[in-house]
Amino acid sequence: MATQTMTSSPLGELSRRRKFTNVGMTVMIYGAFAVALIPLVWLSVTVVTRGLDRFMVDSNGDHVFNLEFLQQSMRGVFGGMPEGGIYHAIAGTLAITLAATVISVPIGLLTAVYLVEYGTGWLKRSVTFFVDVMTGIPSIVAGLFAYAMFAIIVGPGTKLGVVGAVALSVLMVPVVVRATEEMLKLVPNELREASYALGVPRWLTIIKIVMRTAAAGITTGITLAIARVIGETAPLLIAVGVTDAYNLNLFDGRMMTLPVYIVSEWRKGDQPCNNPDIPCVPEITEYRAWAAALVLILIVMALNLIARLISKYFSPKTGR
Amino acid sequence: MAKRIDVNNLNVYYSNFLAVEDVSLAIEPNSVTALIGPSGCGKSTFLRTLNRMHEVIPGARVEGEVLMDGTNLYDSSVDPVAVRRHVGMVFQRPNPFPTMSIAENVIAGVKLNRGRMSKPDAEELVETSLRGANLWDEVKDRLDKPGSSLSGGQQQRLCIARAIAIKPDVLLMDEPCSALDPISTLAIEDLIQDLKESYTIVIVTHNMQQAARVSEKTGFFNIAGTGMPGKLIEMDDTTTIFSAPSEKATEDYISGRFG
Repeated sequence: MATQTMTSSPLGELSRRRKFTNVGMTVMIYGAFAVALIPLVWLSVTVVTRGLDRFMVDSNGDHVFNLEFLQQSMRGVFGGMPEGGIYHAIAGTLAITLAATVISVPIGLLTAVYLVEYGTGWLKRSVTFFVDVMTGIPSIVAGLFAYAMFAIIVGPGTKLGVVGAVALSVLMVPVVVRATEEMLKLVPNELREASYALGVPRWLTIIKIVMRTAAAGITTGITLAIARVIGETAPLLIAVGVTDAYNLNLFDGRMMTLPVYIVSEWRKGDQPCNNPDIPCVPEITEYRAWAAALVLILIVMALNLIARLISKYFSPKTGR
Repeated sequence: MAKRIDVNNLNVYYSNFLAVEDVSLAIEPNSVTALIGPSGCGKSTFLRTLNRMHEVIPGARVEGEVLMDGTNLYDSSVDPVAVRRHVGMVFQRPNPFPTMSIAENVIAGVKLNRGRMSKPDAEELVETSLRGANLWDEVKDRLDKPGSSLSGGQQQRLCIARAIAIKPDVLLMDEPCSALDPISTLAIEDLIQDLKESYTIVIVTHNMQQAARVSEKTGFFNIAGTGMPGKLIEMDDTTTIFSAPSEKATEDYISGRFG
């Protein structure tokens, strides 16, 4: 009936071609969405199902759910022993990422404030250019850079948590600068003027008005930057190395991180189980790698959730 | 409190471009002075030189002097930030701080400059300022709601409350009603009449009826053509300007025969 009235409408009829195009486009858009969703769902399901395998093996090799994986390091674990966990790798990842954040957030924020609020002329243009170049640095190069830098300062072969933190901050700084810059640009100039007109000095205006107004967006940007580097493997492999033991001291010795843990477990391959008296799982290394991947994804998800809460708390309030 | 302003031979520049040329005028304390003129004639630019807001634009500068009770605001020993604490400003579009509540907006100037203030002091300042801006009765029950939750007219009065909370001597208004409906405009015009008891007020407006309604003195700015500097054509009692201006250009503009 709808089409009946449509064709007899005095405003002219909806042409067949437009109807056809409309349907075609709708199908294409939903199709593209579905295609984009396939790998995401597939990946999630795979990581969750395979990641749970390790949590279903206890220290006797029995099929019981337990959380030992989160409580143990790899110290004294060898062969097909069903023990061994990521306690040390979680600690290392959190410590190194936190250190990288502590290094890069002040640098990134101040650079962005310079670019938006103060910068003029060639210096601003060159800073922008180098930030763009830094965005494209391959992560392995950042790792080599940090390693080489500490080799000169401290001595050859230095592998410390802090070296990894420096490598990650090389990757993080440009992301923080870009995100913060965009957010600061969004703050209307009227607010700056309103603040100046109240006799508030410029630096205070930037901190209390401009940064405060952009806080929600800046937080999101920083979280994205953290998510970008928390899964980095190559630079940490070079800069921090590998260890089986728990170590939270960034300035003393090697540390384990989740991505590197995944690589090193995966590389071990299946373990031989020759003695039936000792609990042994041949595929335990593969289980550990998947379980560590699951934990890594959960950490990134938790970070995103926290950032959403923070940005909700900071964002300008509207409504009556 | 209210102070007089004398402007002597003021030239206002954007980099090398002379935007306003050779303005000399006197503004009496506790009076309302209106500045009228066509768009782009430099009224707003001139207004912004009275609290040194002009120079926040890169390359902007002035020549000449602006005396406030005899002190030259452009003396090299004068801190522009301090000037703005004595000369408040209300902008064309209401611009409350979006992250702050109504109450926080009102005390923003004091709090940002002086840091902490005691709760009773803050509450008192919020109330007196909002009463001063004729907004108290409308918002007293929702002081903790965001400033952006108010209507446009209320937001503009909130901005006036914010400006008078720092207890300035002079209040500059840059087309404060151009984004508002007639009822809100009336509310602000009434408010201007109350405010002149305590402040010297300079208002830029495109609305000639408004200038006639609220001001004692009116200055007419004009521009000879694009790229030319704006000039103060004449300044006189508002009644004189609107009934018997001495310049032909003023008469043409007021009677609508302009351009």
